[in-house]
Amino acid sequence: MDKEIDNKVEWISRLYSAGSLTIPIVRSDLTAADIRGGWMARWGLKRMKFKVEPGLYGIGNPREDSPVIVTANYKLTFDKVRSDLAGLDVFILVLDTKGINVWCAAGKGTFGTEELAKRILLSKLDKVINHKTLIVPQLGAVGVSAHEVKKRSGFTVKYGPVRSEDIKEYINSGYKKTAAMRKVTFTFKERVVLIPVEIMVLFKKALLPLFGAAILLAILEARGISVQTITGAAKNIAGVTGALISGSVLVPLLLPYIPLRSFGLKGALLGALWGAVFTLLTGFSLINLAVWLLLIIPISAFLGLNFTGSSTFTSLAGVKLEVKIATPLIIISLILGVSLKAIAAFGII
Amino acid sequence: MSLTYLKNGESLTVNTKKCTGCGICLEVCPHNVFEMSGKKVSIGERAACMECGACSLNCPAGAIAVGSGVGCAAAVYSSLIKGKKDGEVCCGPDVSCDDEKQSGNSGCCC
Repeated sequence: MDKEIDNKVEWISRLYSAGSLTIPIVRSDLTAADIRGGWMARWGLKRMKFKVEPGLYGIGNPREDSPVIVTANYKLTFDKVRSDLAGLDVFILVLDTKGINVWCAAGKGTFGTEELAKRILLSKLDKVINHKTLIVPQLGAVGVSAHEVKKRSGFTVKYGPVRSEDIKEYINSGYKKTAAMRKVTFTFKERVVLIPVEIMVLFKKALLPLFGAAILLAILEARGISVQTITGAAKNIAGVTGALISGSVLVPLLLPYIPLRSFGLKGALLGALWGAVFTLLTGFSLINLAVWLLLIIPISAFLGLNFTGSSTFTSLAGVKLEVKIATPLIIISLILGVSLKAIAAFGII
Repeated sequence: MSLTYLKNGESLTVNTKKCTGCGICLEVCPHNVFEMSGKKVSIGERAACMECGACSLNCPAGAIAVGSGVGCAAAVYSSLIKGKKDGEVCCGPDVSCDDEKQSGNSGCCC
């Protein structure tokens, strides 16, 4: 690395010299600052700043024959990898994925053949190690073409396990992957950690307009500002909040248990349930039921559909189909819901 | 039980004439879609295929074709709004996610 290395960075423990090159050796234990940063990233706070400088790093006491693990420069990823490699003597080649995790970056092409070939050159890897093997995370295969990398750099890409916690076993077993190491899952735990960032994006983009609309509708219904306006606004906000929870929290939590493959429909189903319950709680009438279903279902459906981006098994073709069909329906439903509410407020119905 | 989704795997094709049986597609597939039938690869679980494209990108014989892309609704909306090719992601190698205004977001589309 030609630039100055800030070895006051907490997670760098020392510098390793390979000829004229200086490689930072990083700690495997995560500090409170690392963990705090990870939590904030999960909540979408300062998320895009949570990255590390791309380049070559080391763990333990790497030597010329040590394995090289390739990863992305999203710090959450980097921290997981270095902590999973505790006890090993390896190099970590960090690619510039602009702070995005391996799989998403691979899908975009930033964790790809081009960047890998470039980073091999920039880090002068061939001067540091005496072999030509790189361990690339399996999900990087979406952006990396192993035979192309070989042609361009002379380095052989071995696709390691999906999860970094399996890297140690992979290396110790002589680079053998079990079927489980190869398979991507979407377990409850994996789904839960994705919820905070969905909520935070929601908070920033949609809360104000939705609650604002809820209050305006209440003013309309109460023909001005009165106690009725306040109770009306509270009701509207409660209804909307339920829709937000249904789409952004319940869909992720209950994903495999909700019938139908479509994420939008999963959101719609849960939204319909909430709409029915909410109507029963706030005074049942067919008009009220229609209004709440027309308002809650599209909100919950949209949020459900949005979860496709965080999922691990949705094809672009399926998502495009959903977007094509759901978007006009969502818009129409919202318009009808607001109109019906306004008409009902004027006592015509 | 594999989680499945709409249109998953519909565009996936394997040209068995070109297939050399190297098995790299089995190595990179995140959902165990392929299986080895003798010395050639075949599609075992088509419905599990999320069309990520890792297989076709890594097939040295060019025997696999799939309509790959990122299955993310936000990216589809973003590309529609920005007038890009259908489903093309909102930021990639040529676009910077370092913008100050992005740093407050959860970050691009993922």
